[in-house]
Amino acid sequence: MRTGCSLAVVTALMLGAMAVPAHAATIQVVMENLVVSPAEVSAKVGDTVEWINKDVFAHTATARNGDFDVTMPPKKTVTSVLTKAGTVEYYCRYHPNMKAVLKIAP
Amino acid sequence: MFVRLSAAVAALSLLTGAALAQGAKPTDPQIAHIAYTAGVIDITAAKQAISKASNKDVKAFAEDMVRDHEAVNKQALDLVKKLKVTPEDNDTSKTLSKQAADKLAELAKLSGAAYDKAYVANEVAYHKAVNGALETLLIPSASNAELKSLLQTGLKIFQGHQLHAEHVAAELK
Repeated sequence: MRTGCSLAVVTALMLGAMAVPAHAATIQVVMENLVVSPAEVSAKVGDTVEWINKDVFAHTATARNGDFDVTMPPKKTVTSVLTKAGTVEYYCRYHPNMKAVLKIAP
Repeated sequence: MFVRLSAAVAALSLLTGAALAQGAKPTDPQIAHIAYTAGVIDITAAKQAISKASNKDVKAFAEDMVRDHEAVNKQALDLVKKLKVTPEDNDTSKTLSKQAADKLAELAKLSGAAYDKAYVANEVAYHKAVNGALETLLIPSASNAELKSLLQTGLKIFQGHQLHAEHVAAELK
């Protein structure tokens, strides 16, 4: 009984320890001089995106399919967690000439 | 309406044509003055829109214009200070300001949906004209690299505004 419990706990801990670093990554997307880079980036559901706005202008990352809409004040970094898979085209609502693609694997 | 719209942008077009024909390029102090004036004009128009517009997207667009153009003009002021350049008033700036004042008075007489449409239509035309002047005259004429680079950033911002204005205009129809 005791052995079984410990084993289960150890297994859970090990799985947990393996699962978290292996799957949840942090992806950086930079907006500078009205350009989004990288223009295309791959990620997975559960990953965190760090939206880094280096401009003195506010920008947004607005998904064309409505999956996300993040607003970045000037010179600020905003983070969001990806919850839905898909190839998502997004743009800045204030400057729609700023466009990029996020490929989110399940 | 179309005649007035074209009139509002005539100064920039005339400047482009005349200056290129004569080979007389505006100087950096004149370019700085023209760019700054063009920004002030759009901020003034946007402030009128914030108080007069009835459509929420039009109002939000006007707020974006104030925020962005103030940010660009602040950068421009910081740069001329750093470069120790004094912006120099010139005929283009004067004509631009005069025509903008006329346009503002004309828009002031409108209200409701008619105002919203006219403001956004003018924003599309105005940004198009400024972008044309930036691309064909102001950026190629600028001799200081930092001024040129700021104008290039300005061009990208204003191209974004033109697209944004076109989206808002399409939604109003």
